[in-house]
Amino acid sequence: MTDSKYFTTTKKGEIFELKSELNNDKKEKKKEAVKKVIASMTVGKDVSALFPDVVNCMQTDNLELKKLVYLYLMNYAKSQPDMAIMAVNTFVKDCEDPNPLIRALAVRTMGCIRVDKITEYLCEPLRKCLKDEDPYVRKTAAVCVAKLYDINSSMVEDQGFLDQLKDLLSDSNPMVVANAVAALSEINESSSSGSPLVEMTPQTVNKLLTALNECTEWGQVFILDSLANYSPRDEREAQSTCERITPRLAHANAAVVLSAVKVLMKFMEMLPSDSEFVTSLTKKLAPPLVTLLSSEPEVQYVALRNINLIVQKRPDILKHEMKVFFVKYNDPIYVKLEKLDIMIRLASQANVAQVLSELKEYATEVDVDFVRKAVRAIGRCAIKVEQSAERCVSTLLDLIQTKVNYVVQEAIVVIKDIFRKYPNKYESIISTLCENLDTLDEPEARASMIWIIGEYAERIDNADELLESFLEGFADENSQVQLQLLTAIVKLFLKRPSDTQELVQQVLSLATQDSDNPDLRDRGFIYWRLLSTDPAAAKEVVLAEKPLISEETDLLEPTLLDELICHISSLASVYHKPPSAFVEGRAGIRKSLPASARAGSEGVESTESQAAPAVIPAQDSLIGDLLSMDIGGPTVAPVAAAPAAPFGSAAMDLLGGGLDTLLGETSSSPAPPSALAASSAALLGDIFGAPAASATYVAPKTTWLPAEKGKGLDISGSFVRRNGQLFMDLTFSNKAMQPMLGFAIQFNKNSFGITPASPLQVQSPLPPGVAADASLPLATTGPVQKMEPLTTLQVAVKNNVDVMYFACQIPMHALFVEDGQMDKRVFLATWKEIPAQNEVQYTITNVMHSADTVVSRMQQNNVFTIAKRNVEGQDMLYQSLKLTNGIWVLNELKIQPGNPNITLSLKSRTPNVAEGVFQAYDNILHG
Amino acid sequence: MAAVTKQNVNAAMVFEFMLKVIDVMQSYFGKISEENIKNNFVLIYELLDEILDFGYPQNTDTGVLKTFITQQGIKSQTKEEQAQITSQVTGQIGWRREGIKYRRNELFLDVLEYVNLLMSPQGQVLSAHVAGKVVMKSYLSGMPECKFGINDKIVMEAKGKGMTTEDPARSGKPVVVIDDCQFHQCVKLSKFETEHSISFIPPDGEFELMRYRTTKDISLPFRVIPLVREVGRTKMEVKVVLKSNFKQSLLGQKIEVKIPTPLNTSGVQLICLKGKAKYKASENAIVWKIKRMAGLKETQLSAEIELLETDTKKKWTRPPISMNFEVPFAPSGFKVRYLKVFESKLNYSDHDVIKWVRYIGRSGLYETRC
Repeated sequence: MTDSKYFTTTKKGEIFELKSELNNDKKEKKKEAVKKVIASMTVGKDVSALFPDVVNCMQTDNLELKKLVYLYLMNYAKSQPDMAIMAVNTFVKDCEDPNPLIRALAVRTMGCIRVDKITEYLCEPLRKCLKDEDPYVRKTAAVCVAKLYDINSSMVEDQGFLDQLKDLLSDSNPMVVANAVAALSEINESSSSGSPLVEMTPQTVNKLLTALNECTEWGQVFILDSLANYSPRDEREAQSTCERITPRLAHANAAVVLSAVKVLMKFMEMLPSDSEFVTSLTKKLAPPLVTLLSSEPEVQYVALRNINLIVQKRPDILKHEMKVFFVKYNDPIYVKLEKLDIMIRLASQANVAQVLSELKEYATEVDVDFVRKAVRAIGRCAIKVEQSAERCVSTLLDLIQTKVNYVVQEAIVVIKDIFRKYPNKYESIISTLCENLDTLDEPEARASMIWIIGEYAERIDNADELLESFLEGFADENSQVQLQLLTAIVKLFLKRPSDTQELVQQVLSLATQDSDNPDLRDRGFIYWRLLSTDPAAAKEVVLAEKPLISEETDLLEPTLLDELICHISSLASVYHKPPSAFVEGRAGIRKSLPASARAGSEGVESTESQAAPAVIPAQDSLIGDLLSMDIGGPTVAPVAAAPAAPFGSAAMDLLGGGLDTLLGETSSSPAPPSALAASSAALLGDIFGAPAASATYVAPKTTWLPAEKGKGLDISGSFVRRNGQLFMDLTFSNKAMQPMLGFAIQFNKNSFGITPASPLQVQSPLPPGVAADASLPLATTGPVQKMEPLTTLQVAVKNNVDVMYFACQIPMHALFVEDGQMDKRVFLATWKEIPAQNEVQYTITNVMHSADTVVSRMQQNNVFTIAKRNVEGQDMLYQSLKLTNGIWVLNELKIQPGNPNITLSLKSRTPNVAEGVFQAYDNILHG
Repeated sequence: MAAVTKQNVNAAMVFEFMLKVIDVMQSYFGKISEENIKNNFVLIYELLDEILDFGYPQNTDTGVLKTFITQQGIKSQTKEEQAQITSQVTGQIGWRREGIKYRRNELFLDVLEYVNLLMSPQGQVLSAHVAGKVVMKSYLSGMPECKFGINDKIVMEAKGKGMTTEDPARSGKPVVVIDDCQFHQCVKLSKFETEHSISFIPPDGEFELMRYRTTKDISLPFRVIPLVREVGRTKMEVKVVLKSNFKQSLLGQKIEVKIPTPLNTSGVQLICLKGKAKYKASENAIVWKIKRMAGLKETQLSAEIELLETDTKKKWTRPPISMNFEVPFAPSGFKVRYLKVFESKLNYSDHDVIKWVRYIGRSGLYETRC
């Protein structure tokens, strides 16, 4: 007897018939009817009209029938919310059924009915089930909390379900623990506030690790994934956790293995990399990763994408395992391509011979995409491992001889890169390349070939003929090819001016007159003018030395890589994109690797990560403001036109390199010594300032622009006053893969009219991974516009990558000027003059200073003491200060010996500066 | 396989789960076909309800599922029975129920190895590894604790040190270097990590106890030596020599060599010394089958392939020659040393258990480039 017969009824009046069957007295008939209903529902027929009749069948002791009715309810309750209420009673009753399977079923189903009215009734039964004596019910109830949170998060928080869920973390049954962890992780991830609602403590972690040994494979995945979000307090804890997780690497389930790898990779960051433990852990990680490659292709693919990340983060782990990534004939194409990628990453001097012979093998395969990638891989090997370059080139030549069209084209593209990496070494092969000129039909290959001809025009006898042949169809070419052709002919002309004048005129007129591509026209005009005004300069520009291309191509940015390491095994690691890029709606918390335990003590400049929340207005309005400022205020920063240097990219902008040296003198010359000295002085101030308490208070540098927002540029900084001059001390760290240059800075209008007094001078180009300090003198003569809060400064920083915007807070004390001392009588008169409602009172807590130290400390920061009195055991201080914009602030301090709190009363004609002044006091006295 | 999600889910888990779902369904109703799905849709609903809750995989062990999801529907159970089911589904030993009894306590161990090879035309081993698994069929009463011993290098060396005089390498006992191994969830992993001992309470019936992978000292049972000559544009000559490389007393079985031929093959003449060979146009290959072959033997096949003239400039890329076989030993050298059974509550001892061990070596991806 089979179930397929339930699908067969298709006659008219079906619903009516079912209705009568559902109301049949016989149980068997009823069950049959419900099965028919479910069958219709499965194939997509609307059977919602039967709702009341089906719900009537709910009260039954037959578990199978009950399950089917519940299934129906889950599907149709949303469309019939009013009638769904009818079912509530049965649910509540079932939650108290003696059979635990029924209790669990009821809770499970109720959570799946997304009708507000029903969720109200769910709370009580759920609360009971969370404390049920049967673990099966508890584990189902745990998941139900997550379901409820998804429907109505505030209800879960109000009803205290989160605490109950937390209690389940220490349940005696491992599966209950696992489900509770899974539910909590989901709730944390989706919490609207963005911060986790439930923090993990070392105690809960310990409990989870115990449950890990006993629960199902899926439970282990939940637990490991949530452990990955935990940050151990210290090295010792990280190490002991790692030790307890390592056995999971031998689990048969790939998900368990990958999740364990994730936790280990993350915690390893905290351990010193030279320790014995890390070395042994690195050894242990390799075999399980290799084993993943013998699983099903889909799992293999996930594993390979993750291995790709791991290899970039810790190349040591798999450096001896090259062979396992050799492509098998039957591998699906997606596995093949991924393996190839990893092979190149692992290629080194030791194994390059093996890799090359494999790659050569692949280059003769059938699949076009795969072959192309294999050829490209040979080129990358040559660029990565210098010793192998010669063999790679000869391999590529062999491949060109096969005359397979796409192989030849691909080979020419990579040979161009090899020429750039090792100039003047392999040019002897040019003649072979020229033989294949006619077969090239892809723009990239054509462009590469034209570049080669132009670059080595002096060695190719018939270069002019070759280029001329390309010129015939100039208008039909791809713009990439057109640009290359233009440059190549100009190069040719500069090298052999005698017989190519005609050619160059032809191409220049084609580019400037017949083309509507602005890039091409502009480049044509520049060449034209250069050639007509100063051919020597043209030579210098066009034939300038080119920067070498970098060795490793298409690596992920370090910050992104670190984030992805935290997402090993998840979709993000498969896409190589942060989750925010593909998950809708929820912003979530960006994950980052824990800082190494030692890094903190080594770094001199401590970039505080807990930056004060800067109030940043919407991007568009900010940009608008900055634009309007451009017209009004004086533009200080000379904007050096430094086009992006295309490292390793196929379309080489030769002009860019040349122009850079011509125009970008300011940007590329090293910062003048004065700025260097100033910044090092600032550093010294940073180090000695706080403990010695003898210098001006300098707030520690805060991160203003994190690397992930600054396209790899990380800016931290602070404001400081030196010798009566206001400075903005900045640290630029380049966390991207390419050098940065062409830095410039601009401020938006602000409350104090702050504006740069001289152009920004940063080390340029700034190589990847390097941080440079800069000290920017500031003037207060700029346009004024009141900001909210008052001390906000909106800044735009530009480099060759982009223009970045951020906002920072100017600490008020940096604005206290040196001539802020008021005459005693004037002080008294002013104090009386200012109305009482302008007086603001604050308490500075937890400072143990006598009146004298307060006087001297404030004096160093341009706050001057006018008078000091002792009233009833209290020291009263009267102080004055003046801001850069001429606003006077009068202060009264009450200091009680032995009392850590100081009362500060402020009076000023513009009371809205009071808050900032109080902050300044607070910082200086605590500093 | 396809799945949808709104979140950044654990992709490895999703795939593993789907594979598991296939396993579960297959064990319930065999092949997954449209017909079978229609025939069992109620059961499938019930299963899905049980193994997945709000997207979280729950217990997917077929052994456990079958205790309470039966095709006939659940008959009324006593309260004790219900409690037992729920504790088992969630419990620490979720894979075995209490109160199993057999008159004859018996267990079977199958060591199944898949040899994977990629060899260059010159006979150089490019990569070789053995993917092995130990499948156990247990018919044991009660809740027996089992201890499983193999000739793993690490364990044997530790043992050798203990006995001081006996160095396992010198004493001639072969050891196997296991690169990596994975165990069924019943094996206590923490104990394996610390003591390197494999101990577990087995599920009832058949299950996969462990999986392992080795790469060192693999004895390759067969060697294929290809010789391909292209005679002009319309003719090709292929000669393939097959050598068996194991003890003379053993017999290799189900041997099949697959020699790919170009797409434009029009006819093939074959001569082989042993077995039967056929050109199969649908597979673009010559399939050479030999039922049995003893160790240390050699045989060969020669073929003349006639080709049609084609205008495609593209060269024929020679796919590798692949082969299949089965041999009655473990090519990695893996040996079961002991499997001890302890059941303290019931009165049977290790000696009363009847144990069977069998070794099978099969071809995985066994390829020689030509």
